[in-house]
Amino acid sequence: MSVRDQVLDYPIPNDAALDPPAEWAELRSTCPVAHVRLPSGDQATLLTRYDDVRAVLADPRFTRRLTAPDAARLSAEGGSVFSGEFAQIIPDGGEEHQHWRRLVGRWFTAKRMAALRPRMARIAEDLVDELVERGAPADLKAGLGFPLPVFVICEMLGVPADDRERFSYWSDTLLNLTRYGQDEIEAAQGEFFAYMSDLLAAKRREPGEDLLSELIAVGGPEDGGLSDLQILVTGMGLLVAGHETTANMIGKMVAMLLADRTRWESLLADPSLIRTAVEESLRLDSNSGFGLPRYLREETEVSGTVLPRGTTVVCSMAAANRDEDVFDAAGEMDLRRSPNPHLAFGAGAHSCLGQALARTELQVVLEVLLRRLPSLELAVPVAELERVEGLAVGGLATVPVRW
Amino acid sequence: MNVTVDEEKCCGAGQCVLLAPEVFDQRDDDGVVVLLSPEPAEEHHAAVREAAAVCPAAAIGVR
Ligand code: HEM
Ligand code: SF4
Repeated sequence: MSVRDQVLDYPIPNDAALDPPAEWAELRSTCPVAHVRLPSGDQATLLTRYDDVRAVLADPRFTRRLTAPDAARLSAEGGSVFSGEFAQIIPDGGEEHQHWRRLVGRWFTAKRMAALRPRMARIAEDLVDELVERGAPADLKAGLGFPLPVFVICEMLGVPADDRERFSYWSDTLLNLTRYGQDEIEAAQGEFFAYMSDLLAAKRREPGEDLLSELIAVGGPEDGGLSDLQILVTGMGLLVAGHETTANMIGKMVAMLLADRTRWESLLADPSLIRTAVEESLRLDSNSGFGLPRYLREETEVSGTVLPRGTTVVCSMAAANRDEDVFDAAGEMDLRRSPNPHLAFGAGAHSCLGQALARTELQVVLEVLLRRLPSLELAVPVAELERVEGLAVGGLATVPVRW
Repeated sequence: MNVTVDEEKCCGAGQCVLLAPEVFDQRDDDGVVVLLSPEPAEEHHAAVREAAAVCPAAAIGVR
């Protein structure tokens, strides 16, 4: 049976750690607007073509209001990073969203990232020292991928990095789609909320030179700033967004580059490829997670198919990033590909706020690894790499390496 | 080459500045794009075209 005649289960099951499911190519060419069944049992519409995904993400008629009564639920358990009440406290669109974005955006400019770069390199060097001290083989994800983005975002926000184990767990539950039960999720969210409230109260008494202290200093909505609750949710959101995604991406990027070691060797021979290699890893990440869900408030047409109001659409950026109509030899990893307008960070007004940060972290990791551990290789065959299941953000369970 | 930017659309992702810092900058107070050079020198044309292609907000025009 072809993908056109059936309702596919989504996420599409895929055992391969680095390769895409075969259905993507078939969907793009024969069924770009497909019916899928989500883990909750509800139905949604899956988009896999580049032009459609890009257009929908940039179109404000496709909202993030997944709490609407007729929106599809993603998982049976309910609350997730997409649909929880938290997600609704930050304005979803229009001028209010732009206002929020610009208040926070000043912390994420390319210039700020350039200034943070030496500090990131220092942190990465120290983590590599620890890896070397403990000896090979090592899990690159636990030893470098996870701690680096956590240290960086903690410093930016003014959050003690010692507490990272705790918010690692909280963020895991927030990004959960299937792994945790409703009770666990609610308990974790409650603890995280209380933790952040205490932290903000301390910053009100004694401001530091960090993002959260400065957001407080701007004042409330009447002074052009954010409400107390919005600052709190922004802090939680940045802590979660700032570590899980990048942490997983570091592991996947290194695994992709080592899976065919000629890639690693090209980078050793010419480190000026680091920037484009990072973009190409983001593009080819076949394990980027759920994709982005949107709720349609009015009837609209996509690729010749009319979508009624109330439709829940899922945009698969990972499938779109392999669209042969847009990328030459789309399935090949070309470390020099340029321009590379991939959609790993989304598109339009909601496009990832932290992308300059994420890019800089990924580049720094590669620079430091190539310099310090040029003999790096995977310590297991590619076929033995395992995916993490059930999270909105995809990743590998571990990335075993030696050098 | 003639470059334009749309401040309203810009989402402050900073891609343009990473690629062509001689041509684009971002305002310190909110990250919105600043066009430094509407008619950049030849040597920057490739980088500007790349920035326009990858700008997530499609906020950069090149003629
Ligand atoms: C490789 C790493 C990352 C990936 C793949 C990624 C991906 C994404 C994507 C696809 C979106 C769009 C969501 C939507 O349209 O609904 C997004 C939004 C966002 N990301 Fe990232 N992200 C990464 C790292 C980061 C980092 C390091 C931060 C910062 C601390 C961050 C903060 C945010 C925020 C705040 C938003 C919401 C923006 C808005 O709604 O205006 N992300 N990210
Ligand atoms: S790349 Fe586009 S969205 Fe990002 S700062 Fe430049 S103009 Fe703005």
